[in-house]
Parts: sequence; C-alpha cells; structure tokens
Amino acid sequence: MNPSRISKLFARCRAENEPALIAYITAGDPSLERTVSLVEAMELGGADLIELGVPFSDPIADGPVIMRATERALANGASVAGVLEVARKIRERSEIPILLFSYLNPLLSYGFERLAKDAVAAGVDGILMTDASVEEAGKFVPVVRAAGLDTVFLAAPTSPLERLRQVAAYSSGFVYLVSRTGVTGVRDQVADTAAELVERMRTVTDLPLAVGFGIAQAADAAAVAKIADGVVVGSAFVRIIEGCNGSPELESKLASFTRELKAGAKAGRA
Amino acid sequence: MITTSQPDSGGHFGPYGGRFVPEVLMNPLEELEQAYYAARQDPSFQAELALLLKDYAGRPTPLYFAKRLSETLGGAKIYIKREDLLHTGAHKINNALGQILLARRMGKKRIIAETGAGQHGVATATVCALFGMECVIYMGEEDMRRQRLNVFRMRLLGAKVTGVTSGSRTLKDAISEAMRDWVTNVGDTHYLLGSALGSHPYPLMVRDFHSCMGIEARAQILEKEGRLPDQVIACVGGGSNAIGIFHAFVPDTAVKLIGVEAGGRSLAPGEHAARFAGGSPGVLQGCFSYVLQNSDGQISLTHSVSAGLDYAMIGPEHAFLADQGRAEYVPCSDADALEAAQTLARTEGLIPALESAHGVAEALRRAPAAKGEIFIVNLSGRGDKDIDIYRENLKELDEPESN
Repeated sequence: MNPSRISKLFARCRAENEPALIAYITAGDPSLERTVSLVEAMELGGADLIELGVPFSDPIADGPVIMRATERALANGASVAGVLEVARKIRERSEIPILLFSYLNPLLSYGFERLAKDAVAAGVDGILMTDASVEEAGKFVPVVRAAGLDTVFLAAPTSPLERLRQVAAYSSGFVYLVSRTGVTGVRDQVADTAAELVERMRTVTDLPLAVGFGIAQAADAAAVAKIADGVVVGSAFVRIIEGCNGSPELESKLASFTRELKAGAKAGRA
Repeated sequence: MITTSQPDSGGHFGPYGGRFVPEVLMNPLEELEQAYYAARQDPSFQAELALLLKDYAGRPTPLYFAKRLSETLGGAKIYIKREDLLHTGAHKINNALGQILLARRMGKKRIIAETGAGQHGVATATVCALFGMECVIYMGEEDMRRQRLNVFRMRLLGAKVTGVTSGSRTLKDAISEAMRDWVTNVGDTHYLLGSALGSHPYPLMVRDFHSCMGIEARAQILEKEGRLPDQVIACVGGGSNAIGIFHAFVPDTAVKLIGVEAGGRSLAPGEHAARFAGGSPGVLQGCFSYVLQNSDGQISLTHSVSAGLDYAMIGPEHAFLADQGRAEYVPCSDADALEAAQTLARTEGLIPALESAHGVAEALRRAPAAKGEIFIVNLSGRGDKDIDIYRENLKELDEPESN
C-alpha cells in the first residue's frame, strides 16, 4: 500500500525540520458549505492537516467552545454523511490530509464498513475516535485500515507505559498526545506534562507525535514544536469562528491566525 | 435461561457495557476497578459498610405486605420493599456509602456526582458530610427547577450544586458535565456515579452496592411465605434500584423480573424515556447499551414526569438481561404513574417517589389477573421530594375547598 497523505506529510516535515500545524474545525459550524471555505482559508494560512470534527450531541471530552460549535452544527443539520460531503468538496481542490475527528456513536450508527468505504471515496485519510479506548475500538481498526485509512489514537498524561505501547500499536500516521488532563479548550500555558508524555511516548514508538489541548497562540505553538512533530490547535480556531458569527471576514481572520500559529511553530524549531 | 450475570474482564455483560471514554480516563478507571476488587475482598471494608448500612442508613428495610392494596385489586399478593424508609428517602444511599468508603480508601479528597431527581445528589451530599469530604453536585437546570427541595437539601448538607445549562438540562447533561470535571481533576477527585451506568467498573460496583435489596427481599419472602415470589417489579431509569433487587433472583429462573421504563406522554420520539420502545444499541457517556438515538447516531431528548427516569440510556446489565429473556421491560405512562401513586397513597398510606410509582403502576396492572401469585414491588424512594410535581399534576386536590 502506498504511504498515506498523513505519512507523507510527516515524512516531509521531518526531512525539512518543519513542525506540522494541525487545525481542528467542527464541520457544519456555521454551515457545511462554509466549512469548506474555512478549511481552504486555514490551508492558505499554513495548516498542514485538517481535523474535521463530526458533531455529536453529547461531547463529554469537549469544553464549552467546541460544545457550542457542536450544538450550532447539529442545529444546522450536520450528520456523518454531511461531513463526508464536506471532505469530498475539500478534496476536489486540495491534497491536504483530512482526519475525521469523532465520537464513536455517530460512526457506529453509520456503520464502520460503510464508513470506511465512503470516507475513502470522499478523500478522507484517517479517523480518530475521541471516546474509544484501544480495548473497545481495536475491533474497528482492521476494517478502517483495510480500506487504506489511518487510525489515530489519543495518549494521555495519565496513561502508563503499557497503555502508551497499546496506543502506538493501534495508531498509524501519527499519535495524538493530550497535553494535560481535562477537556478541550484554551489554557494560559501548555502544561509541562506534555514534555514528559512526549519523552515517554518516544521510548515506545517511532510514529510522529502531535500534541494538542490548550494551544491557543504562537508562543504555545513554538513550545510544542520544540518537542513534537505536530502542533494541534482546535478551540482557538473555533472561538474565532464563533466570534465572527458568519461574517465575511471570517476566512481572512482564520488565515491570518493560522499564519501566526505556523510562524510560531517554525520559530520553535529555529 | 441464564442463571448468573457477571461481566467479563473488560466489564461487558454480553456485548454491553465496556469502557468508552477518552484515554485520560482509562487508567483512572483501571485504578478504580483494582481498588474496588481489593475492597470487595477485604472483610474490614465489608464490615464497615455493613455497619453503616445498618446503623446509619437503616438496613435491613422491611418487606411489607400491602394487604389493603392486594385486596382492592383482588389478585396477586403484593409485597413492598420499603427502600423509602432509608435515610435520605431512597435506595441511593446504599451505593453512596459504598463508594465514599472506597474513595476514602483511594485517598481521594473531593467528590463529584450527577443527579437527576436529586436523590443521588442528596445521598452523595449526605455521605460527604459524614466523612468531611468536599462535594460538588452537577444537576440540569430543568431538574433543579423540578426538584427544588432536593437542591436545598444538598446545600444544607454543605454541597455545592452546579446547574448545567447544556442540552435538555436534565440528567444526561449533568453526567456529561460531571465527566468533564472528572477528566480535569482526576488526580484528587472521585466521581461518585449514581446509577448502574457508565464505564466499567461502575455498572458492576453500583449493582453490588445495591444488591442488598434483593438479598434481603429474597430471605424475607421465604420467611413470610415459605416460597419465592412470582414477579419482582421495579422502575428503571439507569437501573440501579432494579438491578439491585433483581440480582439475587437471577438464578431463580421461575421468578419473573419486570423493569418499568418511563413511557412519558406517549411513545413518540422525544416524548418518553423507554429505551426498549424505540431505542437501539449505541455508546453514550462511557457505555454501550440500549439508547434512544436518531438515525444519525445523535442521542434523542427524553421526557418523563419523573426526573430520575428521564435518561436516554439503560444500564448495560439490563440490556443483557433483556437480550437473554431473563428480564422483561415495559413502559408506563406519566398518567398511569400519577394514578398509581394516588392509589398507593389512599390504600396503604404510602406516597411513593414518582420514579417508584412507575413500578407500582405495573404491579397494579398485573395484579388483578394474577390470583395466587406473589409480587414484590421495589418502593425505591418516598414521594416527599415530588410533592410540588404532584401538586402541579393533581390540581383538583390543591383547591382551598377540596377535601
């Protein structure tokens, strides 16, 4: 099988000593059509990979910013099928890697066989399931991988080494390290726990490591870029989207914020 | 037919249960499981819990023969398990005492809990006061409105009650908020989950802490009647009181186990919380079980006159017992529950919690055609907390000249 878009991205980033900027967006906020153009703006600003959030009614791992985005997206009728349609439209004009970022239930309801097939057809590159432990989601991994999709799992500061080993074993493309305990959302400072987690993870895998949760500004991106292959930013983008309330300036604001983050991340490597 | 019901090592009852949480919570759940298994085997833990259940909570509770009710219906002999007599007014204290001892053993300093009707919140606030622990209760704002008395009781006991404004502002949203707190403060905080729901080991642990109800009831009916009952009937929200009274009877395959879900205003989507009438297996808040959801896998809103039954998912062991045909689950409407509460009040002088009234209603429906049978109905809580709702729904009794 050819290397995935996600693997190629991290291979290039490693070769060029460049940190990957991973941008999360809740699909369907403010609308599915608009998500397509918001992703284009983030790509223009320098985002290297898009986490396309599938809205779920009961997002237990998310803080208030993404919770509200989810509520708006669901009120606008977003569904798994709708999110796949967004991916397809992004793929029509871009080669940016796309990771579906979802709670398990909407995917279970859609059906994993069908999801894997439709996701590949839409140009999706991988799936991350927020509330699925490797123990429970392990059984879906072969179906998803067989279709040619990557599976990305979360590692946490609370995970002992044995769990980190399992997380790595079930992950492909990269591993998503949660910088601290807690829900998604902006924090003043990226926790030191992230560095310790990166160190422990490095002892069990060679996969690229991305760090997320709480990264809101260029300085945070720089700090993370020093220790990890990728920097994930979510709520800070969603907050801008919320603040703009659908105004026409949203795209340019997102692009310029992405540029700041990317410059920050690169500065971390300088 | 199955004669035992125990989860596998991953906490699955058949296909149901398990652990569906963000990775941050996986190790804390494993630690909780280990601590619970150690405590379960520890005679000093069990002795301390037994003493508290007896001297503080008021166990064993009586099994009362409802003679006038039985005669009025002219069929089955109805026995009532009097969990309403427990301290704090409902069965919830059994589990709260068990978990607070476990939390203390694990060195936790802070307790969080969700509550729907407020009974679990009151039980949690009570045991936190008893053990001098910090206590934060999450409660949907709609439930805070419906259950004002219990909000006040929790505050009087020293707990902080945090209103939840997301979603339908009921139990489901309170659980999500409690999980967000736990994911953030997992180091020093124990999440004292109040139903036989959530991720392993909660469904098992909560069941175990409530299994005293069934163990007592089984011995009591053998003593009074010299035989086992024909039917054991209990209301089912998440399902803690039902699983607690069912568990000891699971091996007795001749005993029918009947769970009563909230049939709400009707069985149309959004109008009820009867998971076996329109639900399907799915994942919510850490658990795989029957859940009310739409065709996109979004969790449905629910309705019940009773806040404690107003929840989209049923506990995983109930899903397993239903699949196996070992237990049967039926809906009961808001109106039938209200009617049953009045009947019980007027024939026996017992005002049930609205949740428990659903179980009573099913017993009333079945009894006339069951001459010669013995029923046990779990009266999981008393109705003091529901007086405002009874008043809203039974306006004719609230007139100045009514008699």
